Amino acid sequence: MKYVDEYRDPDRVRKIAAGIAGMATRPWTIMEVCGGQTHSIVRFGLDELLPRTVELVHGPGCPVCVTPLELIDKALAIAARPDVIFCSFGDMLRVPGSHADLFSVKARGGDVRILYSPLDALKVALENPERQVVFFAVGFETTAPANALAVVQAQRAGLKNFSLLVSHVRVPPAIEAILSSKENRVQGFLAAGHVCTVMGYEEYFDLCRRFRTPIVVTGFEPVDILQGISLCVQQLEQGRHAVENQYSRVVRREGSLEGRALIEQVFEVTDRAWRGIGIIPNSGYRVAPSFASFDAEQRFDVGEIRAEECADCLSGLVLQGVKKPTQCPAFGGRCTPETPLGATMVSTEGACAAYYQYKRHQSEATP
Amino acid sequence: MCLGVPGQILEVKGDDPILRSGRVSFSGIVKEISLACVPEAQAGDWVLVHVGLALSKLDEAEAQRQLDDLAYIGELTAAAKEAE
Ligand code: SF4
Repeated sequence: MKYVDEYRDPDRVRKIAAGIAGMATRPWTIMEVCGGQTHSIVRFGLDELLPRTVELVHGPGCPVCVTPLELIDKALAIAARPDVIFCSFGDMLRVPGSHADLFSVKARGGDVRILYSPLDALKVALENPERQVVFFAVGFETTAPANALAVVQAQRAGLKNFSLLVSHVRVPPAIEAILSSKENRVQGFLAAGHVCTVMGYEEYFDLCRRFRTPIVVTGFEPVDILQGISLCVQQLEQGRHAVENQYSRVVRREGSLEGRALIEQVFEVTDRAWRGIGIIPNSGYRVAPSFASFDAEQRFDVGEIRAEECADCLSGLVLQGVKKPTQCPAFGGRCTPETPLGATMVSTEGACAAYYQYKRHQSEATP
Repeated sequence: MCLGVPGQILEVKGDDPILRSGRVSFSGIVKEISLACVPEAQAGDWVLVHVGLALSKLDEAEAQRQLDDLAYIGELTAAAKEAE
């Protein structure tokens, strides 16, 4: 397929990997922020093509993994109501809440539906005027315009039975939190290409300058990821720090003006808790007051739910690049994709699930 | 989750900016996709699609430039190897 095959070409992949090996004279630690990139890296074995001196650590960019337990519990409470059709992306259904997951609510008779797009949830709302239709709006900035558009279209159509349960997260505050942490060992970042498709990359100039850290906007195919790493290593070797755009066929500096306008219209920035990590200031979106009637948290009054995390799960450290999944004592034993203890074992973009799926538990010794 | 898939627009429908949509082909699988965020995109253009919404029009010239750059890097590495 055009725009895919040429970026998976083994010959190009090998050439860039060789270029990185020729360039790296010292050890460097680089974080890919996005779970989609983590999945590509583990699936195509890209980390194994790199010289030993270049280490990739996996970041917090899996929205399924960082959706706080409290919000999963709220989703479960809303989905269990007989008057509700609860719609969600498929990978949220197995994320463990305090006592259950959305699949078990569905098994007990809840009307839980897996959809590809929030715009499909609008159609469900139009077809079922006597029921309340709730869409579980998780995701980074990438997903926010589609969720905002669904609200704008619902308002336009005069729908009274459509709302979003919002758990949106934003990437730049998470990068800032990681760089500010005392445990940080990340020296360069691959910024998530599709987040930047919407937001552009102007927000990164300030982070890059203040933390003197290279940030390379990077795509998702093997050639993209290795080229992003190559640009990052080149900066580190030359003692430079700049924002660069590897993914220029898709990402413009200012992002998508229409997408950003939709986000600004429907959402407002808020502090948000990240599962396993805690509250990061200004790191999320919630529904703006002018669209309050489309906010499921207000409509269904689930504000008081509070929840405790499973104590054995290290996913917070995994998500911040401090630990590898294989360093978790529960990995592959008590915790597997069939019986996940943490959300990073559920989503295919969670680092724990990616390591498990591609058999890293057999080949990698626990340091 | 932030997966974006390139597809080619076959046909554009509607001209209300919020409701504009198109039939987009992903290697032959055709889906109805919102074009609200790519007002400039027309039939024949390639767009990056995420959860039913086209987020960006792909820039063919930039794509070609990147692949040309890579070919150049490849030549450089080969030349460096020979020099060793
Ligand atoms: S392996 Fe399971 S328990 Fe351990 S960090 Fe990953 S999700 Fe948590």
